[in-house]
Amino acid sequence: MSPIAATEAGFPTDLPPPPIVRLESVSKRFVKPLDAAAKIANFLGGRQREEVVHAVDTVSLEVAEGEVVGLVGESGCGKSTLGRVVAGIHPPSSGTFRYRGKTFDEMSMAERRQATLEVQMIFQDPMSSLNPRLRVRDIVGEAPVYHGLTDRAHMAERVAEVLERVGLDPSFIQRYPHQFSGGQRARIGIARALAVNPRFLVCDESVAALDVSIQAQVLNLFMKLREELKLTYLFISHDLSVVRHLSDRVVIMYLGRMVESAPAPVLFSQPNHPYSRALLANVPSLANRHTRFAPLSGEIPSPLDPPPGCHFHPRCPHAGARCRVERPALTELAPGHSSACHLNSSGGVNA
Amino acid sequence: MSAQAEPLLRVTDLATHFVTRAGTVKAVDGVSFEVARGEVLGLVGESGSGKSVTGYSILGLVDPPGRIVSGSIQFAGRELVGLDDEAMRAIRGREIAMIFQDPMMTLNPVLRIDTQMIEAILAHERVSERAARDRAIEALRKVGIPSPRERLAAYPHQFSGGMRQRVAIATALLNRPSLIVADEPTTALDVTIQSQILAEMQSLCRETGTALIWITHDLTVIAGLAQQVAVMYAGRIVERADVDALLDSPRHPYTEGLLGSLPSSVTPGQPLRQIPGSTPSLGRLPPGCAFSPRCSYATERCQADAPGVYFEAPLATPHGAPAQAPAPAQRQYRCHHPLQEFSR
Repeated sequence: MSPIAATEAGFPTDLPPPPIVRLESVSKRFVKPLDAAAKIANFLGGRQREEVVHAVDTVSLEVAEGEVVGLVGESGCGKSTLGRVVAGIHPPSSGTFRYRGKTFDEMSMAERRQATLEVQMIFQDPMSSLNPRLRVRDIVGEAPVYHGLTDRAHMAERVAEVLERVGLDPSFIQRYPHQFSGGQRARIGIARALAVNPRFLVCDESVAALDVSIQAQVLNLFMKLREELKLTYLFISHDLSVVRHLSDRVVIMYLGRMVESAPAPVLFSQPNHPYSRALLANVPSLANRHTRFAPLSGEIPSPLDPPPGCHFHPRCPHAGARCRVERPALTELAPGHSSACHLNSSGGVNA
Repeated sequence: MSAQAEPLLRVTDLATHFVTRAGTVKAVDGVSFEVARGEVLGLVGESGSGKSVTGYSILGLVDPPGRIVSGSIQFAGRELVGLDDEAMRAIRGREIAMIFQDPMMTLNPVLRIDTQMIEAILAHERVSERAARDRAIEALRKVGIPSPRERLAAYPHQFSGGMRQRVAIATALLNRPSLIVADEPTTALDVTIQSQILAEMQSLCRETGTALIWITHDLTVIAGLAQQVAVMYAGRIVERADVDALLDSPRHPYTEGLLGSLPSSVTPGQPLRQIPGSTPSLGRLPPGCAFSPRCSYATERCQADAPGVYFEAPLATPHGAPAQAPAPAQRQYRCHHPLQEFSR
């Protein structure tokens, strides 16, 4: 079958194609500035400080053309923020984002416009990302008309064509979002992104809200579109089984940092980072009957006040003295497989 | 489990309908099942399948325009259908407790945890407030809340989502109920937190012999937790069997479709065996089998005539012919063309 061939072609093994998207030490911080009262308090000798959330903390990531990268993590790990940086919704606070080798500053206006059209985002909840007062015709057709990809006279044709591609009946063109089921709304969200001929789709939990049988349909649609349109995906999800199914490569994040990145088959067979191992062990599976669930202890700390050293050390069964003070660097264990854990370094966790 | 023992809960032909201007919605339409003491039943279905309304019906929590129109719910030898409000209140929270998907449905945001938990005990028992407080602390400790004595004085918003769900579970456990109905309690939680809560529920049921009805859309959670599974579609149980039988050799095409829809069911990258179409609206169900428009095995008979319940003798007995009377170990399904072994 062809999907397998595509999967293998996507591996960054010998002669990787040039990356379509490249993040170099990208951080995104959200700062809550001091209000007037806090400033006065500080003037009088108070010690009020700005609250800073490091939503994304020095992440470097490359996505090759045609590759599907799965971005996994639990709530608050910064995966959605990273997705928004890639989609150009949030500018990074530091570090550089390159699309086909160029930062936005290096691009001409025309190039920049082309780049932003080529990267499109599909959101989790179609009901909050589709305007309830617009008809499908306008939801899907507005952007291509605005960007001059089609004119008003041919808008309906183009919309019908995209709707057909995502498996919706083109006769629905005059309907409003509330007249569709959840799965159909998800397809409208996908159609809207496809209407401007993107090359790269950022899918943020795009199947999380769907029923199992509908989720399967949408996952199959994503794979079909990848084949037909040679799309590249950044697929953000908390659901490891979904990510395993779609991705060539998987990146795991914890509290804003990338903890492990590996080709999907490697990650699922030999996870290296203790957090990755814990995540995999906690995924319920059909094969585990009458299991005794063996959970990871503790909770995800607040991103406002992350633990020092390795963010994972308070929950890690292997943590040593070094983990409490020194941030482990992301190091390559094998080509394409890197992990950020002191266990891999010669000094170990107690050095 | 012995087939002779009277089950803790026996639901027979339960029908809960909602009468609206647009017509009658048969949210639950002829549902029957049993739960033995200490048993975990997984009630699986997609949105609109009637799984939550089944749970609410057991606790007498169906609000107008919804109404239990027929059927019986026998709990520990008592009939719950038609019980007056006061009698139902005495059972609810004491003998049968419920855990909701959103813990804020259980917890009052403006009251401290201790106020709410102590009230839940004193509503059913005459004990001193001190004894009630000790029991609340014990319940919080059991569900894995660190320093429970101090946390008791906190408000719900001071807890994280996972911790809040634990408080809701602790509240459900306070009166040592013999049955807990849990409606998607871990769906909104992260994987590692879900796993912690599943582990705690599991050991609690094992220790206290509490029976559990776990309502979910997630078959993978059921695989690890339940002994018995019932799959619902459009207000009916389409298949019921013990967990291994149901997952390994489903009889109903919908169960097969649900299993095939799971990404873990195929080699990564291969297309999933999806079910075509979408879940039907309960207001306009097709005649015959409600699943027939989406079923690849459907025949004319399926479109005309709704399948009744077929019983299948357990594997141990020879001749798997349709039996007459249901016994707990029997598997059952509503399908004219059940799938055979190894057809997946």
